[in-house]
Amino acid sequence: MKSIGIYLFSLFFFFHSALLAYSSNPKDFVSELVNEAIEKLSDKNLNKDQKANFIEEIASDNVDINALGLYTLGELRKSSNKDDISNYQKSFEKYFLKTLTQRLTDYSSSKFEVIGDDKKSANYTIVSSKISPFDGGPEIKIDWRIYTKNPEKPLIRDLIVEGLSLARTQKEEFASILSSNNNDIKVLIAKLDEFVKK
Amino acid sequence: MQITKKIKILTISVSILLFVTTAVKSAEECFEKTSRAIFKFNMVVDDVILEPIAKGYNKLPDPLRKGTNNFTSNIGTLLTIPNNILQGNFKQLGHSVGSFAINSTIGVLGVLNPAEKIGLKPNKEDVGQTLGSYGIGPGCYFVLPILGPTTARDSIGLIADTFVDPFAHVTLRENELLSTSGNTLDYYSVKATTSIDFRAKNEKNFESLEKNSIDLYSSFKSIYLQDRENKINNSIDEEDDWGNLDN
Repeated sequence: MKSIGIYLFSLFFFFHSALLAYSSNPKDFVSELVNEAIEKLSDKNLNKDQKANFIEEIASDNVDINALGLYTLGELRKSSNKDDISNYQKSFEKYFLKTLTQRLTDYSSSKFEVIGDDKKSANYTIVSSKISPFDGGPEIKIDWRIYTKNPEKPLIRDLIVEGLSLARTQKEEFASILSSNNNDIKVLIAKLDEFVKK
Repeated sequence: MQITKKIKILTISVSILLFVTTAVKSAEECFEKTSRAIFKFNMVVDDVILEPIAKGYNKLPDPLRKGTNNFTSNIGTLLTIPNNILQGNFKQLGHSVGSFAINSTIGVLGVLNPAEKIGLKPNKEDVGQTLGSYGIGPGCYFVLPILGPTTARDSIGLIADTFVDPFAHVTLRENELLSTSGNTLDYYSVKATTSIDFRAKNEKNFESLEKNSIDLYSSFKSIYLQDRENKINNSIDEEDDWGNLDN
């Protein structure tokens, strides 16, 4: 009986993982991932928590949240102690997932289309896309900075909306908070936690 | 006499520009507290006036919005032309002159954009970008009431724009050019329409930014500076500053 249970659990886990696996080609990877996210977010049969859980699952697996967190921390990542960095990473992940869900929800009533890709180096490919709202609103161009160091497992590192990098905006926003608080990482962590609780 | 006055204004402007941009090479805050207060005021103005108008504008039929955008962009090309010359960018000058000539005639005073269909796409240029292309840094960053984020270089550029822009020459200064005349109201009407069109185009982006920022003031600053850098370079900045995170 126990082995049947393990078998069924393994089977479920295998299919679940297979369903969440996307192409290793950066262009197809972005197309498959975003279209699935938009589809889920506009599904009226799913409640808010189910949608958030889904986004959390795909983001944890396909966005380089760890590197993004360190990047947005700027130079402070080199001088902070391990505990502070670890606490910051935990808070940043929650903050990132919340804002990502909100951002994707904002664009969920739109048609998403990948229009091209540009391999910048062995580590990076920029995938270009556009979002056209169904209500006839203006098109939005979004470039995806895909980290391809492991070609089998591409990861999203940045979204460049109409030429403006979200990672850089985030980094400069955090830098401003830090500079007006004596570069105290704990203040930044508290601000991130406060935002998540809102 | 008037020429002497203009030379004096130009000399003072250049001196101020050289002073502020030499003192502050990167866009550092100069009056952050004041800028933050003005930013708050601007956000109220946006909430009460600009945003509702932009939302209404977005409900207009698509051809009407496109026509308005084409019309204001075509007039904007007039400022681009002298800046193409000042930057020595003659390929872009061809695009700008060609686009303006075709759209103003075949394109029914710029309402249509047939020039784009034949591959003429002028980049928008202003004096701030021209100064940036000469290697002049942004200088102080600050926020102006109603006009929003700017830098020392760009605010001087904004004033200089009205001297090099043929549209401002005809409307703001009420001079006749090629039998065309206008008035101040024409100038500000076109500028206001351009702002509404821009705000409407970015309705979703603004909403998303407001919801997802911890410090909205800093987000706007970052976005403004990135946008200006991209415009000066005529390309999207793909600065790779991920450092050791790439390994």
